[in-house]
Amino acid sequence: MITLGHLLALSAVLFAIAVAGVFLNRKNVILLLMCVELLLLAANFNFVAFSRYLGDISGQVFVFFVLTVAAAESAIGLAILVVLFRERRSINVEDLNTLKG
Amino acid sequence: MNPNVLLAIPLLPLIAAIIAGVFGRQVGRAGAHTVTIAGVAISCALSLYVLKQIYFDGAPTFDAPVYTWLVSDGINIQVGFLVDRLTALMMVVVTFVSLCVHVYTIGYMHDDPGYQRFFSYISLFTFSMLMLVMSNNFMQLFFGWEAVGVVSYLLIGFWYTRPSAIFANMKAFIVNRVGDFGFIVGIAAIVYFTNSLDYKEAFAAAPQLVSQNIVLSHTTSVAALTVICVGLFIGAMGKSAQVPLHVWLPDSMEGPTPISALIHAATMVTAGIFMVARMSPLFEHSETALTFVLVIGATTAFFMGLLGVVNNDIKRVVAYSTLSQLGYMTVALGVSAYSAAIFHLMTHAFFKALLFLAAGSVIIGMHHEQDMRKMGGLAKYMPITAITCWIGALALVGTPFLSGFYSKDVIIEAVGESHRAAATYAYWCVLLGVFVTSLYTFRMLFMTFHGPERFRHAHGHGHAEEQGTAGDPGPGGALAHAPAFATAGAHGHGSAHTSAHAAEVSHAPAHAVHSSGGHGAGAHAHEEHDRSAPHESPAVVTVPLIALAIPSLLIGGLTVSSVVFGDFFGDAIFVLERNDVLGELAHEFHGAIGFALHGFLSLPFWLALAGAATAWLFFLKKPSLANTTARTFGWLRTILVNKYFFDWINENIVAGATRLLGRSLWRGGDAAIIDGAMVNGTAAAMGRLGSLLRHVQSGYLYSYAFWMIIGLAVLLGWFLWR
Repeated sequence: MITLGHLLALSAVLFAIAVAGVFLNRKNVILLLMCVELLLLAANFNFVAFSRYLGDISGQVFVFFVLTVAAAESAIGLAILVVLFRERRSINVEDLNTLKG
Repeated sequence: MNPNVLLAIPLLPLIAAIIAGVFGRQVGRAGAHTVTIAGVAISCALSLYVLKQIYFDGAPTFDAPVYTWLVSDGINIQVGFLVDRLTALMMVVVTFVSLCVHVYTIGYMHDDPGYQRFFSYISLFTFSMLMLVMSNNFMQLFFGWEAVGVVSYLLIGFWYTRPSAIFANMKAFIVNRVGDFGFIVGIAAIVYFTNSLDYKEAFAAAPQLVSQNIVLSHTTSVAALTVICVGLFIGAMGKSAQVPLHVWLPDSMEGPTPISALIHAATMVTAGIFMVARMSPLFEHSETALTFVLVIGATTAFFMGLLGVVNNDIKRVVAYSTLSQLGYMTVALGVSAYSAAIFHLMTHAFFKALLFLAAGSVIIGMHHEQDMRKMGGLAKYMPITAITCWIGALALVGTPFLSGFYSKDVIIEAVGESHRAAATYAYWCVLLGVFVTSLYTFRMLFMTFHGPERFRHAHGHGHAEEQGTAGDPGPGGALAHAPAFATAGAHGHGSAHTSAHAAEVSHAPAHAVHSSGGHGAGAHAHEEHDRSAPHESPAVVTVPLIALAIPSLLIGGLTVSSVVFGDFFGDAIFVLERNDVLGELAHEFHGAIGFALHGFLSLPFWLALAGAATAWLFFLKKPSLANTTARTFGWLRTILVNKYFFDWINENIVAGATRLLGRSLWRGGDAAIIDGAMVNGTAAAMGRLGSLLRHVQSGYLYSYAFWMIIGLAVLLGWFLWR
């Protein structure tokens, strides 16, 4: 029997992996974007889990909205990425430090 | 009394001043003098009407506000009039002298490009002075006080292209600020203790104020009333040019002569005297303040008179005479003889305005030459000026039956009668002052109107001589005729004074060219001389002289019995029983003629005669004697020529210390602390902080994300575990 606990644990594992990906990854901006997607998926997992647990369908409706926004966001993100690559001939995270004080 | 009449008296000159000043170009020269003279003439007529109503018809004192400007914390700031006998007398004096001066100005300023501006200023002055004397509260008094100061400033610097005039008007303004500081302290103390600006309430509270003290520290405190009165009197010292705030008045002679007569002799400088008399209910309760007044007045009366003896500029001699006479008035205030002070103020206004206008007439006749050493024998050429000037001079020295005799003799006797602390010192000062007054007055008359005619060769060489002697400050010259005297103003006072002197003679080149042109032409030399010879002034100049000569002759004898010994002032002037020296004198007073006859036997008359005789001997009969005397008393002459070194002290010590303080505040306070430490210091500190903190910014996305997660964890942890 899959309980709420299992689902939340999976969600937490997904989130942790994604966070680790964000700040361990030093090479690829695309990986960063994927990790952000993974963060959103972990959040979605929580929505669905609690929706099922509470018997309230609105949580699952919410997931659709989040997915839509996530899709839009990655589209923009990829577009920026393309422009960035054209500009700097690199998508290496180590090279992107113009904000350094 | 009709408030509208009272309102019209100051407002008509104001309106005239605005018309002449703002629309001067439209109304033109004739328009400007017509409108201002009409305004002042109507004011004068209305003032006479008010005096008639209040004195002959027994109209009650008018004391009411006419306009409330604002009310703040229970204190009313109003425009209000207090018209009693004192005010009415002052109004008549102010408007009458002002009217004479307006008419005279037509002649004196005839060729001046600033004609309309000048008329606008003197009308504005009349308005300000009337506001001052008619006020019923301290705020309006202060307004009038400052307004006359501003007009005085504008008029001293009327010829604003002369550096000396600008120097003089700045000096007058700054010295008056010193006095006004005391004045403001006095007014503030009145508001603090009585919570009102009205004269009425302040006077009513005066007896209660006697017991109040201002605590300075644990051990010392001063009587509140003394602080108030001394503060107010310091204001009067500035305005009425008492030692040591007198330094501006001789320099104010840089202004045109009509305003020297109106402002710096007859009216504005007497504002301080009027103010103290008006405040008699306050001063009467402070013995300390009155003693202070007495000492200052006595010092001014004697020592400033002495300076008149060594000056060669005809206007400056009269200016020092004014200082000395103001000292007499102040002495009278100091012995509680307020009505005697106002009486002397009135007679002095007439005869001193007359002397100034006569001096101005001489200056016109001499083509703007003011140096008495280049005059002499003018009586033949300018008979009306000479006669009126003689009348004014005789009134000034106190010839029995003339107006000055009554007022001055009353003051001397009142001082002799007084038992105040410094009364003995003051008595000797005013007594010896009579001799000095007579000496400088007759010296001026003899050098100007009698003796050899020195102006002829002076015209040809005057300018060169002036240049040649300006650098010779040596004390070896004669009392009057020595060339070293040309440097009286320039002696060791820095460049400002030297240029002052240079500017005084700035008119000379024109005449020099004029007459030397004649010499060159040979045959025409004689005619040219005649044209440059002095001539009698036009009627607009001589008529005011005559108009002022009449009261100078008569007004003393006509009014002495009521103004000084009678109850002319009624309750406008308050004197305590124990201070009432005039009341004691009144027992011995048996009419004006008897008083004058008695005057022939009294010491002041003989002193005046001795002064006249000395002047005759030294300056007319045997000028060589003057040289010998001057050489014998070289040290005394050095002190006098340098005006007791007051200018030197002010220039080098007072102004020097002020400049030093200012410079150290600028360098230390402004440049170092405010600019350096606070303004730029803040920016520099932020820069340093930033340069430390910028190392936190790595620029790497993952480190930002890492810190965000850490932050989130900390916040959540705090949220869960608190």
